[in-house]
Amino acid sequence: MTTLTDAWHWLTDPAHWPGADGIGHRLVQHLVLTVVCLAVSCLIALPVALVLGHLGRGGALAVNISNAGRAIPTFAVLVLLLLTPVGRWGEGPTVVALVLFAVPPLLTNAYVGMREVDRSVVRAARGMGMTGRQTLFQVELPLALPMILNGVRIAAVQLVATATIAALAGGGGLGRIITAGFNLASTPQVVAGAILVAALALVVEGIFETAERLGPRWARGAR
Amino acid sequence: MTGPPDDCLARNEWICGEYLTTRRQILLDAVLQHLQLAGVSVLLGLVLAVPLAVLARRWRWSSGPVLAVTTILYTIPSLAMFSLLLPVYGLSASLVVAGLVLYSLTLLVRNILAGLRAVPEETRQAARGMGYGPIRLLLTVELPLAVPAAMAGLRVATVSAVSLVTVGAIVGFGGLGNLIYSGMNTYFKAQVLTASVLCVVIAVAADLLLLGIQRLITPWTRAARS
Repeated sequence: MTTLTDAWHWLTDPAHWPGADGIGHRLVQHLVLTVVCLAVSCLIALPVALVLGHLGRGGALAVNISNAGRAIPTFAVLVLLLLTPVGRWGEGPTVVALVLFAVPPLLTNAYVGMREVDRSVVRAARGMGMTGRQTLFQVELPLALPMILNGVRIAAVQLVATATIAALAGGGGLGRIITAGFNLASTPQVVAGAILVAALALVVEGIFETAERLGPRWARGAR
Repeated sequence: MTGPPDDCLARNEWICGEYLTTRRQILLDAVLQHLQLAGVSVLLGLVLAVPLAVLARRWRWSSGPVLAVTTILYTIPSLAMFSLLLPVYGLSASLVVAGLVLYSLTLLVRNILAGLRAVPEETRQAARGMGYGPIRLLLTVELPLAVPAAMAGLRVATVSAVSLVTVGAIVGFGGLGNLIYSGMNTYFKAQVLTASVLCVVIAVAADLLLLGIQRLITPWTRAARS
């Protein structure tokens, strides 16, 4: 219990908020990394998954890439990238690793969502004279949206976690508060950092949960 | 005076046979620690998950809170999870194991519960009609039928645990993660690459092993497919 109160004192100490190593800057870093990388990953993964799902090709790749992503340790990828030329440009390894780990859930969920659209609905669309493009954007995409959004949510939570581990390999973000705490052998700081990271992850999850509940009925999916 | 040896270690190359032969013991120790940490965590997770899933199945009201708590636990990033447990366990192997148990628990409870829920009502009624009591029904009908779903969860949990052990390097108990961490600080490319590759090999091997066990203990799923 004393550790928790110590952690709380560390968090509420105004001296720990400003500056390059302060909580404020680290939080902004973490959020910027997460949001930018989520946008980049969506731009890479979603078009590919939509086209593959529409054509019904490359299914094995789209599904297995997610399993492979789980077997590869985030930390190992971060360190490997750090030792390559990418490591020389500041947040390079972090950004590349974040995108690498956010793409698989996006790709798999979007692809599975597209393929799970009732085939008879797609045939009906074709029977009504819709072109391939119209079927994709007016029939398959709206029906696959709940699964696609679920992928975005998993990717977002994954990004928050990966951005934390990036601190082990010298990246920025809230994880730095934890690693700095370990280096100083300061348990209150470690716990305070962990509370911040856990809270951020839960807030991100909560935002998606709320968005899903408040969203229009067709975007919610049958759950 | 002899000059510095001109081998792949001195040139700091990514792939280095010399590294494998000279550091065999270090690598072996790291692999063993890695297997131990991941294995113990998944087994403990399994031992805790089965009763939890059975309870959540028996009393419907408890499934909501059980699923909510496990979802929250799963959302917490691994580095934060290890750090939150620091005051409880200190810098020890138990810290890493405790963190990993919480993650495997989440995956396993969900999958076992889904497996138990998928048992057809007719099957349950047939067993009851044959005079099966609730315990016998659970042990000889419901749990075996939930095995395929449970094994799917176990495979995911095992692969994730093998990969997450590396983060344990922050407290010095990360198996191959320790080698990656020290390799990063000394820019030792061969060590980082070798340890990373070994990590993935362990994950894939564990996954295949579990797949083999699943095929052995659920012969009926194969018969149905062919």
